[in-house]
Amino acid sequence: MSIRVLVGKVGLDGHDRGIKVVARLLRDAGMEVIYTGLFQTPETVALAAIQEDVDAVGLSMLSGAHLTLAPLVVQALRERGSDIPVLVGGIVPSNDLDDLRQAGVAAVFGPGASAREIVAQIRSLVATSP
Amino acid sequence: MDDESPYKRWQRAYEASSLRGAEFTTMSGVPLEPVYGPEDGEFPGTYPYTRGVHPSMYRSRLWTMRMFAGFGTALDTNARFKEIIRAGGTGLSTAFDMPTLLGLDSDDPMSLGEVGRCGVAIDSLADVADLFDGIDLSSITTSMTINSPAAVMLALFVALAEETGVPRAHLGGTLQNDILKEYQAQKEFVFPPRQSMRLVRDTMAFCTAEMPKWNSISVSGYHIREAGSTAAEELAFTLANGFAYVELAREAGLSVDEVAPRLSFFFNAHIDFFEEIAKYRAARRLWAHWLREHYGARDERSWQLRFHTQTAGVSLTAQQPENNIARTAIEALAGVLGGTQSLHTNSLDEALALPSEKAARLALRTQQIIAHETNVAHVADPLGGSWFVEALTDEMAHEAEEIFAEIGALGHGSMLEGCIAGIEQNWFQGRIADSAYQLERLFNEGKRVVVGVNAFLEGNDEEDLAVLRITNEDERRQLGRLAQVRQVRDDDAVARTLARLARDASDPERNLMPALIEAAQSYATVGEMMRTMAGVFGRHVEVPSL
Repeated sequence: MSIRVLVGKVGLDGHDRGIKVVARLLRDAGMEVIYTGLFQTPETVALAAIQEDVDAVGLSMLSGAHLTLAPLVVQALRERGSDIPVLVGGIVPSNDLDDLRQAGVAAVFGPGASAREIVAQIRSLVATSP
Repeated sequence: MDDESPYKRWQRAYEASSLRGAEFTTMSGVPLEPVYGPEDGEFPGTYPYTRGVHPSMYRSRLWTMRMFAGFGTALDTNARFKEIIRAGGTGLSTAFDMPTLLGLDSDDPMSLGEVGRCGVAIDSLADVADLFDGIDLSSITTSMTINSPAAVMLALFVALAEETGVPRAHLGGTLQNDILKEYQAQKEFVFPPRQSMRLVRDTMAFCTAEMPKWNSISVSGYHIREAGSTAAEELAFTLANGFAYVELAREAGLSVDEVAPRLSFFFNAHIDFFEEIAKYRAARRLWAHWLREHYGARDERSWQLRFHTQTAGVSLTAQQPENNIARTAIEALAGVLGGTQSLHTNSLDEALALPSEKAARLALRTQQIIAHETNVAHVADPLGGSWFVEALTDEMAHEAEEIFAEIGALGHGSMLEGCIAGIEQNWFQGRIADSAYQLERLFNEGKRVVVGVNAFLEGNDEEDLAVLRITNEDERRQLGRLAQVRQVRDDDAVARTLARLARDASDPERNLMPALIEAAQSYATVGEMMRTMAGVFGRHVEVPSL
């Protein structure tokens, strides 16, 4: 069965080039991809992820709000008893990486990350998750 | 007069121009002509302006070094503005944060984590006053990069200027106010397209009547390109949007010659040097032709496409960020050789964060080196006549005409209807996403090299740059400032002005600018004004598509 990924934009950031490109590249790699659209809240993303029974959630963030919003998505999932891994891609300064990991974000992809890296990371996360 | 050669006509215009005090020679003392080409060829300052809009180009006036800045609170950004002016910047451009761009107050629940992050947080007249404190609004031109709430920001700016004694008619600057490209590319929309276009109409009519020095719209390809379009798509979508605004103004009873001279343009300077230069040359030629032949403009200022350029944010890499200085310099040079009227150069750290003060200064210095050391500004359109550049210019224009035909067909002959239908049918969005995907595949397959990303990786492990940090402390300070405004203002006055705004909004014939200015003066917030209008206009929801 193919891996199912929900990709979403949380908050007010309208930059959707990255998320659309990544979504297509994941499809090329044989994954099933669901896109939430823009301006989602952490709750709407978590609910959609659970309802769609996805294997991973990918958030795309370029507005600098990642430290506030990504942990809220993880929290919203965990509060609902879900352990779906959350990945973040976008403009994330390297000194924010530790904070994101501590908040439960499984992986972060900065500018220039290749499709191969992203696909490999998702496959390994899904393989190791319970 | 009619048998005068194009060269002689240009020469008379050139001799009537005032020139900067610079030596127009090479470094070694070789005297330079203001422009080169055959006597019967095309010259700058004459229709169709392929070679530039002014006969003397940068010999009269260098481009405006307009640096885009904004972060944190209005006080933070005011300090950065003053630093830019001290460093020799000649124009200002305000970057607003995401809540402001979407017409939300800083204390709106959706604003959490976004206040002051990507730009400056503006909630009310109090913030606008702090933003421009100590800056003479009658002497420096300001650009406001905002779209959905553009009319609100214009109202706040007019209210501030008049409070400080500068009449609105004296204000020079630009409102981005290009809502069509928001639905197509940048995606910071609030109201549905037609209701948004009503606000654009109102600002155009208002500026035409009351703000003769103000550019009412900056028709922007920049974001279309950053979202992933090709150069030809950027060119064609942008000009098509420009045609749509001209048609909108005509429908509102304004003549093309009343509005077209106050439209300016904004293009990307991407890393493909000659393609960009060809794009700018084609843009001028196409605009001149369409305005004269299709829209019947008679004022030559209507034919002249003036534009701002920004180097390509998307070309910057987080890896070995110092390399971005070289990329930005090459892109900026393309803008100058392409005849831009103003230029923003990105900072080396922008693939990591908002620019630090030092990085922003380096970016400005890059422009100053081009302007003052290289001598490239001595000769207009120095690449005109190059077989390659002329052929590429023709090719860009040809591709754009094909796209115009498609958009025209979507609108059954109307570019205005074509642009709106293209948005509603996801036509623009789909094309941009397709082009972005094609390019990304080339990177992933190694068919296009990006230094430091898919080749030449040595040095990628070096220590990180010191980047600008915007903390939750900035958000807290802004919330405090907003709470203070809400506390001291006259709530009854706010309620009255918002009620008038709602009434005026319900009458599609009415211009909303007077009601917005009154609301701004009463310290109604951006969020309150936008919410009031949304109550009448509704809100736009994009159907997600991949």
